[in-house]
Amino acid sequence: MHDLTPTPALGAATQTIGTVTIAENTGVALASVAARNGGTEACAKVLKDVLGAVPDVGRTVLHDPEAGFWMGPDQWMIGAPMNTHEDIADQLKAKLGNAASVTEQSGAWVVFDVIGERMPDMCEILCNIPIRKMVAGDVRRTMIHQLGCFVIRRAADDHIRILGPRASAQSLHHALITAATSVA
Amino acid sequence: MIIDHPLLGPRDSAEFTYMGDARLIDRPNPNDTDAAATFFDYAYLRDNPAGWHRELWFHEAGDRSWLVVTRNTLTHEISKVELARDVARAQGRSK
Repeated sequence: MHDLTPTPALGAATQTIGTVTIAENTGVALASVAARNGGTEACAKVLKDVLGAVPDVGRTVLHDPEAGFWMGPDQWMIGAPMNTHEDIADQLKAKLGNAASVTEQSGAWVVFDVIGERMPDMCEILCNIPIRKMVAGDVRRTMIHQLGCFVIRRAADDHIRILGPRASAQSLHHALITAATSVA
Repeated sequence: MIIDHPLLGPRDSAEFTYMGDARLIDRPNPNDTDAAATFFDYAYLRDNPAGWHRELWFHEAGDRSWLVVTRNTLTHEISKVELARDVARAQGRSK
């Protein structure tokens, strides 16, 4: 057997600039869930089964293997490890049925992990979210270099995860590198 | 200008896109006999008030929700912000 790896959005090598490490995370499978008219309660029940809780407004539920965050009213993004949950959208659709519309999102987003002591300084250059007020599990949709991105504050104090449009992965990566360089 | 989003709290208006008069929610019934005239009004005729105005804003760089914002066009004061979904449902729409 050939030792094959899936094609990543960018395939950029992990870089450490000053104190900040920027790594593309190719191991996240994503699917969005949008409750249909009248399906809110059924949808909440399934999400509770899968995640342990329904993500509140602007919040993430960090849970293994599936995790999820709130995107908008009655809309959530669910993520899980790619190597075990590549078909996460099908799994969720089987559970949700007609209560929600489920869309595979793994092919739509690029995921970057930004970790390091000066991450907040870098984040303030990139976008207008109040990164120092946000606590672990907070998530905000914002604009980074004209690109609509999700910024998730992870459990570690110096760690954010950025979900950006996959087709603009290189532009987003360039923005991250530039910001990291300027605070290094 | 700061828009106090009903779910997310105060947000900079730069995150939003103006989408027009909130009367766009009141879409006429296309089956009415005077549908041509009512749709002409709906599509083309707008009031341009100097003062309080109910308008639609789209939270483009946020949670993508549509809001009905009551804004004074003279002072930019905002007196009320509602989810457009709730406004439409209160009128018996989107049930």
